[in-house]
Amino acid sequence: MSKVRVLVGTRKGAFVLTSDAKRERWEVSGPHFAGWEIYHVKGSPADPNRLYASQCSGWFGQIIQRSNDGGNTWEAPGGETTPAPGSMPAGASNKFVYDTSPETGKPITTHQWYDGTQHPWEFKRVWHLEPSLTDPDTVYAGVEDAALFRSTDGGQTWQELAGLRGHGSGPRWQPGAGGMCLHTILLDPSDPGRMFIAISAAGAFRSDDTGKTWRPINRGLKSEYIPDPTAEVGHCVHRIAMHRSRPGVLFMQKHWDVLRSDNAGDLWQEVSGNLPTDFGFVIDVHAHEPETIYVVPIKSDSEHFPPDGKLRVYRSRTGGNEWEALTKGLPQRDCYVNVLRDAMAVDSLDSCGVYFGTTGGQVYASTDAGDSWTPIVRDLPGVLSVEVQTLP
Amino acid sequence: MIRVILPAHLRTLARVDGEVKLDVEGQATQRSVLDALEACYPMLRGTIRDQVTQQRRPFLRFFACEEDLSHELPDAPLPDAVASGAEPLLIIGAIAGG
Repeated sequence: MSKVRVLVGTRKGAFVLTSDAKRERWEVSGPHFAGWEIYHVKGSPADPNRLYASQCSGWFGQIIQRSNDGGNTWEAPGGETTPAPGSMPAGASNKFVYDTSPETGKPITTHQWYDGTQHPWEFKRVWHLEPSLTDPDTVYAGVEDAALFRSTDGGQTWQELAGLRGHGSGPRWQPGAGGMCLHTILLDPSDPGRMFIAISAAGAFRSDDTGKTWRPINRGLKSEYIPDPTAEVGHCVHRIAMHRSRPGVLFMQKHWDVLRSDNAGDLWQEVSGNLPTDFGFVIDVHAHEPETIYVVPIKSDSEHFPPDGKLRVYRSRTGGNEWEALTKGLPQRDCYVNVLRDAMAVDSLDSCGVYFGTTGGQVYASTDAGDSWTPIVRDLPGVLSVEVQTLP
Repeated sequence: MIRVILPAHLRTLARVDGEVKLDVEGQATQRSVLDALEACYPMLRGTIRDQVTQQRRPFLRFFACEEDLSHELPDAPLPDAVASGAEPLLIIGAIAGG
C-alpha cells in the first residue's frame, strides 16, 4: 500500500509526517534540528529515502543535512571525523563560495541595494534544495544572496553555476523584503538541459544548457512598483510551478499578479481573473490535471494575512482566470496567518492530495484535490516549507 | 589538554555532551584551538568562524576566566589557565533573537 511522507521545514526545526494512502492518521516525527531554522527539506525523486535539508541560524550560519533513511537519521555530509582517504575536504558541505574565477564567464561583484547603491554579494543561507530527477547525489541549492549552486557528491561540496550571475543583469537585481533569494528551481523532466529558477527580486530565468548560460524570461510581467514596470529584470517573482507532463507551461505567483506562460517563459499573461486579491506566495499544480492550479490569496504586501480573516485556497480548473474558493475545513474567521512561498505541495495518489503550511504552525491537507481540508498537525513553529513524497 | 564549552546547538551538531577536550599543538590561541576543534569535529566548520574569511561569526563571543576575549587577536595566547586546562574556553551565542 502506498504511503505519503510530508516534509515540513519550520522556524525551529524539521518535522516528518507520515501516513498510509488513506491519509487519515498521521505520525509526526521531530523536531529534527530543534531550534534551527529549516528553510527547506526535499527528497530525491531517484531515491526517495535520500533527503536533503537546509538548516541555518543567525548565530551559526548554514548547515546542509542529508538523510539516507527517509529522515530517521541525518548527517552533515563531509562532517565525518575520519573521512575516507581521497574523500572531499571535511566540513565543506557548509561552504558556499561565490565563483570569482575568470573561466566561468563574467563574475558579478555587486547587486542593487535597498537604497539603489551597489552592494557586494554576501552568502546568507540556502532557501531551496532541488534534488536531480535522476541522480540522488546531485542536488541544486538556491541561495541568498541570489545564486545557484550544485553538488554532485551528495551535498559534500558545492560549486556555483556562475553563468546565472554572469548573465549581466546582476547590478539590477535587488533584495525583496525577505532578502535577495533564489527560491524556486524547476527541472524539466523532458529535457535534462533545461531548468528554470526564480529570484526575488530579479525575476525568472531559464537555462537550456544544464545551467551554463541563462536568459531572463520576464516578458509580459508588469510590476508597477519598480521604475520600469516592464523591465527585463527586477520583478518580485514569488514562486513558479509546472506540471511534469507539460514542462513548457509555467504558472507564476508574482508579488502581485498570477500569471501563466505556454512557451516555457518566453511570454507571460496574467490569469488573476476573479481572485479576491492577486497578492500571494504559493502556487502549485494538481498532480493529474495540468490545468488545475492552486493559490492562497493574501490581502496585500503590507498585511501578510488572508483577506477578511478567512483562510481560503483558490482553485482554477482552467489554468487560471476562473477561480473558486475552497473553504471547507479551513478557518473562516479570525485567521491571520500567512502561507509562505515554499509551503504548498501535492501528492500523486489517485485522488490528489494538496498540502500547505502556515506561519501559525498548521499543516492542512486535502485528500480530495482541495474540496475539503483538515489540519494534520496544528501547533508547529511557523512553517517555512512543505514538500510531499508519495511512496510505493 | 584544552577544555572548550560549546553552545548547546553546536554540541548537538557535533554530537557531544558536556565539555570538549582537545590536544592543541604549540601555543594555545583562539586560532589553534579552533583549528583543533574543527579538525576533530568538521561539521563545526563555518559555524564559529566564517569558512572563507575565518572571522568570528558576529553573534558568537569567546570568554575565559571571566574575561571577554572576543576582540583579542586570533594568534594571541589564551590565558595560562586555559592553556593548562584549569579553566575552559567558553564559546557563547548572543542572547538575542527569537
